[in-house]
Amino acid sequence: MQDDALQDNSTLLGADELILNMGPQHPSTHGVLRVKLKLDGERVRGTECVIGYLHRGVEKIAENRTYQQVAPYVDRMDYVAAISNGLGYCEAVEKLLNVEAPPRARVIRTILTELQRIASHLVWLGTHALDIGALTPLFYCMREREEILKIFEKYCGARLTTHAFRIGGLQYEAYDGFEKEVERFCLDFERRIQEYVDLLTGNSIWIGRTRNVGVLNAADCIALGASGPILRAAGVKWDLRKAQPYAAYDQYKFEIPVGTNGDTYDRYMVRIEEMRQSRLICLQAIEKIPEGAIMGKVGKVIKPPAGEVYHSIEAPKGILGYYIVSDASTQPYRVRIRPPSFINLQALDKMVRGHLVADVVAIIGTLDIVLGEVDR
Amino acid sequence: MNPTLHAILVFLQTWWVELTSGVVIVAVVPLVAGYVVLVERKLMADMQARLGPMRVGPHGLLQPIADAVKLLIKEDIIPDEADRLIFWLAPVISMTAALTSMGAIAFGPSFQVARDINIGILFVLGVSSLGFLGIILGGWASNSHYSIMGALRSTAQLVSYETAGGLAIIAGLLLSGTLSISGIVAAQEKYHVWFIFLAPVAAFIYLVASIAETNRAPFDLPEAESELVAGYMTEYSGFRWALYFLGEYANMIVVGSIATTLFLGGWLRPFPNVHWLNWLDFLPALIIALIGVYSIYRAGKQPVMVQTGFMWAVALACFAVALIFAMPWFVGTLKFVIPGLNGAFWFLLKVSAYIYVFMWLRFTLPRYRFDQLMHLGWYILIPLAIVNVFAVGVAMLLESNGVNRWLALILTTLVTLVFAILLVRWHDRRTESASTASLAPDSYAG
Repeated sequence: MQDDALQDNSTLLGADELILNMGPQHPSTHGVLRVKLKLDGERVRGTECVIGYLHRGVEKIAENRTYQQVAPYVDRMDYVAAISNGLGYCEAVEKLLNVEAPPRARVIRTILTELQRIASHLVWLGTHALDIGALTPLFYCMREREEILKIFEKYCGARLTTHAFRIGGLQYEAYDGFEKEVERFCLDFERRIQEYVDLLTGNSIWIGRTRNVGVLNAADCIALGASGPILRAAGVKWDLRKAQPYAAYDQYKFEIPVGTNGDTYDRYMVRIEEMRQSRLICLQAIEKIPEGAIMGKVGKVIKPPAGEVYHSIEAPKGILGYYIVSDASTQPYRVRIRPPSFINLQALDKMVRGHLVADVVAIIGTLDIVLGEVDR
Repeated sequence: MNPTLHAILVFLQTWWVELTSGVVIVAVVPLVAGYVVLVERKLMADMQARLGPMRVGPHGLLQPIADAVKLLIKEDIIPDEADRLIFWLAPVISMTAALTSMGAIAFGPSFQVARDINIGILFVLGVSSLGFLGIILGGWASNSHYSIMGALRSTAQLVSYETAGGLAIIAGLLLSGTLSISGIVAAQEKYHVWFIFLAPVAAFIYLVASIAETNRAPFDLPEAESELVAGYMTEYSGFRWALYFLGEYANMIVVGSIATTLFLGGWLRPFPNVHWLNWLDFLPALIIALIGVYSIYRAGKQPVMVQTGFMWAVALACFAVALIFAMPWFVGTLKFVIPGLNGAFWFLLKVSAYIYVFMWLRFTLPRYRFDQLMHLGWYILIPLAIVNVFAVGVAMLLESNGVNRWLALILTTLVTLVFAILLVRWHDRRTESASTASLAPDSYAG
């Protein structure tokens, strides 16, 4: 019935389409996304995303900075998962330089990145639940995220835009008691996840609001380039941590959760399970952090040979890729970033067509976009 | 005597109760509503592992007053494209309806706010329904897409849930046989039991419907802040907005009072006719005194002198109120106030409990979607309410034919519950098949 209504151009009662402008200042477009909705009553007939309100030209700025100076800028793209951004950039430059971070640095990087994944998913869960009308999970999620941010703060002095890693390894040694604090968080966290699950997973209103909402099947995901939990919820077992291991992921055992329907509920379940898996990775990693140096052999001045490199990692929101071209100077010739949020946002129109206004909010939430990353 | 003056005096003599109670309502209800907001924020904070308002006054106790002052001195904005007269009128209608319907509510056996009307429940329902006119007009007059969508949702929701709520009330009225508020409570006293136990299904339907009628979560679609910014209130600010807001909370008190009167025994204490439980009548004084004792206990733990002093003040106030409640027991001439005082205590306690359930649900549950809300209303609640009215009627009929009242009611309630389960099953299956049908295969790939 929905499809029929979409194909012919007349609306249900023969009235004009209503154009509703959502954003850029709207409580649930997660930043400054502007969506123009074409509505027939409450039913969405089409959308148009207007982006660019947070454009800062990170890629252009990168051309005028030395390699080290670029690193803090990439933290400000996906500011909810700054450490993942930094990891991708540092590893891309290391690939260009043909050096490897020492094992100790790689393990600490893995731990911090996985903690960051948990933190990012917690922000997603809290805001997504709030969009659907559940007020309380947000505060529970922020409470746990605070613990993670405290660990980051102790490690590198910053909580949000951390700049935790350096090209070639780490600047800071792990502080005393780092393992213990990570362990304490991870052991406690299973119980906390259960709290969110109790509030949401079996709740029939939650199921009604998420099941069969914003369905994106595997073929559509691949055609649109969607990655991360969105792709996995459609049943595609594709995770770069397993497919092209980086950092120290090849040393740890973990599962890749996948869904079946590719609807909002599946994406919720996939992300919840990913938090559990990240917790397991952290627990395995702190068991044996290798001793040794934390910096590889990288000169004070980074001057990679001329050439180009593409490196991608599995950021919390999907595949985050860096394409860097070097002209053998101290500054990159070109940096091109493949942000997961930007690509995933393309799926919005496909997902919301035929749904109601309330579902638009749920679907923007389930895409887990960060506008800093979409606009760069 | 001057005839005009005489006419005024006669008028006052006839209507002074109504006039005074009008003034009292206008003066007291907004304050109470403000403090209901504070209680809600505090409870929400408690459930969400945070503190809530703490800055204005001890533990944020002066927050409602600060909010009111802030709203009063805010710039008064009327959008250019708005219909100015209706824009101005709409919140006034909303607030007036909520306050007027308070008039017929009775807090105790001889404690009507205004007057014991013989169609009390009907009056309260009718007048409080007028409040939605304010919402619809406000949404329309704002001339904004968000507002009009909020107003449309509100209209549809009102029509569906007033029906269900009204049918639930009919079940209660069948049991009591009267529309008068004091008559309903008297019937429960006569039956020796609250109507919630005689008609549990009706009480449940009324609970759900009243949440929807007051636009509270999980049915707060007209003002769903994550979808429609603030729904029909989007363009309102300052004191106009406050009028809507107060109207909403006053409405909560009204529906709480209706439910208390109809299903929770009004001002009756638990087990009103069991004489060995007569000591329960001491409970109001005792509970209030205990709050005072707790305040003194907390006073020692306050970090600042001001707060210690405040806790002592609270304790003294509690003791004073407890004394007022206890006094009539010792002074023979005051014995006649006991039912009134205790009645008001129990009534307010029940209303508070009812509103607490509202809040609790709001903090816990996500929001329904519009179509789901309509389905719940029309496919489940309304059929169930109709069947329930039939069932209660049949029970009354059986009772008048000599069947034991409890047996009749339990049987008919069981039949209603079986019907409810079947209804929910059928509805689930229907929505499931509808949603799988809409999952047409579609792909860009290849």
